[in-house]
Amino acid sequence: MSCDGTVSSLHSAIVDGDITAAEVCETYLDRIGSVDVHLNAFTVVLHDLARAQAEEVDRMRDAWRERALLGIPITIKDVICTRDSPTTAASRILAGFHSPYDATVVKRLRSAGAVVVGKTNCDEFAMGSSTEHSAYGPTYNPWSVDRIPGGSSGGAAAAVAARLAPVSIASDTGGSIRQPAGFCGVVGLKPTYGRVSRYGLLAFASSLDQIGPMTLTVADAARVFCVIAGRDPLDATTASQPTPDLSRTLPGDATGVTIGVPYSVMEGVNQEVRSAFDTALEVLTQRGARVVDINLPHMAYAIPVYYLVAPAEASSNLARYDGVRYGFRARSDGAREDLERMYNRTRDEGFGTEVKRRIMLGTYALSAGYYDEYYVKAQRVRSLIIEDYDRAFETVDVIAMPTTPTPAFHLREHVDNPLAMYLGDIFTVSANLTGLPAISVPAGFTADKLPVGLQFLGRAFDEASLFRVGDAYEQDAPWWRTEPALAV
Amino acid sequence: MSSPLTKAEVQRIARLAHLNLTTDEQDLFTRQLGQILEYAECLRDVDTTTVSATWHPGSEPGWLRADTPRESLTNDAALSNAPAPGPQGLFRVPRVVG
Repeated sequence: MSCDGTVSSLHSAIVDGDITAAEVCETYLDRIGSVDVHLNAFTVVLHDLARAQAEEVDRMRDAWRERALLGIPITIKDVICTRDSPTTAASRILAGFHSPYDATVVKRLRSAGAVVVGKTNCDEFAMGSSTEHSAYGPTYNPWSVDRIPGGSSGGAAAAVAARLAPVSIASDTGGSIRQPAGFCGVVGLKPTYGRVSRYGLLAFASSLDQIGPMTLTVADAARVFCVIAGRDPLDATTASQPTPDLSRTLPGDATGVTIGVPYSVMEGVNQEVRSAFDTALEVLTQRGARVVDINLPHMAYAIPVYYLVAPAEASSNLARYDGVRYGFRARSDGAREDLERMYNRTRDEGFGTEVKRRIMLGTYALSAGYYDEYYVKAQRVRSLIIEDYDRAFETVDVIAMPTTPTPAFHLREHVDNPLAMYLGDIFTVSANLTGLPAISVPAGFTADKLPVGLQFLGRAFDEASLFRVGDAYEQDAPWWRTEPALAV
Repeated sequence: MSSPLTKAEVQRIARLAHLNLTTDEQDLFTRQLGQILEYAECLRDVDTTTVSATWHPGSEPGWLRADTPRESLTNDAALSNAPAPGPQGLFRVPRVVG
């Protein structure tokens, strides 16, 4: 295949008839077959379904040539329902579950001509920052297989980084798209809350969850975003704002853009990450952007707020997994079984430790006597965090910060210390608490060749500014062209 | 500073959450959740007496669709994932009363 592996170039090659969708599909399935044994990025590869879809694209090519993702292989994070194939949430409790319907995003992607090649591994129910909390075992970082790929969408990020698919669709509740995108050197977009339908997404924290794309380039992320965004009758929280006109957004231009940077919260950032961040801002300055210091006085509280609100919502959402309607039910142990006992044994055997930890934390925060002290207090501080951002956006167009304070850490480094793992989410959780859109773009490498992520946040429903600035940076810093050296 | 959470409270919360935790899990969560809650104590420093809570970041009010019948899952499809499908299109559960 003579293309650089981006959606744009693959799409042109398929539409022009230089290559068939079936050939593209087979090339990626072959690569998954040889590479994924080293990464464990997939929970399931959908060979037959993908081939059938690709063949349909080839049959319909002339009629469908206007479709934005014609013949493009994509992966779907395994917390998003896909019809006639497994959806497990990387959890034992959903072993064997086959969704009877497609999530709205999957429907839209298929209608745009995309070919679903598989489901990607993640932390169980998207709870985690390392993809180590999966019933299917950890995913490994393509840049260094003794390190984690980030999480919870580690499989999705690893798949794009290792060129196993040009697009992964994932979910982001506290950074689950952006953090692994940063750790794996790919682009990851969390759209504004309400932009993308959550129908068919296994709910983790309903006021924080959003679905978004992971891709090699900003332009590809923008293209996929425009396919999946928009109001959905099946999700009453979806908003009516029109999606951006990409022909007026790209190629990106940073001229006259004011970028706010909260320098006061950047103490403790790894030196190499900080250096890559500063260099990226210089690139944008040379392209005509203006960088100003901003104050986000309540940002330091974002982690405790997030780790009370998200588990509280999760404890409620995960109450539905009780061994009655779908998934796993604990086998009778011979003792007299009643309903309550069956619920408790099913949930104890079906959920992993991190999920139980968060259900416990959330149940505690919502319980009588602690509700006001923890849950309501956290939601009040959340309002102050939102006010901070509103104030900052009165004077700046986008806000920049590193995606993570460190590069990817080693496997098992934080697995016994959940609080240490949570603290790494300092730069990502605010976008979920506020609902604002945010994008992580590759910003270079450490001396050990580990990717570093650069994050931009925008005003609500202003993804266009993120694409504009991200693409402008990428033109001078095309880090995505560097591929991980995988032993295959 | 001692853990703000006792093992008895962990057992109470596990009952509320329908989790049948082992003794090891109870010990682990007493310690780890205690550390997390201790960290969250910093929120007490923030004066929120005049601040209202944000339950949801949505900028638009929720919207309603017309209340007209539409296609939904068939009974067979709804039961297709049940770990113990019962007769006559029902889910089977352990005996509840008697």
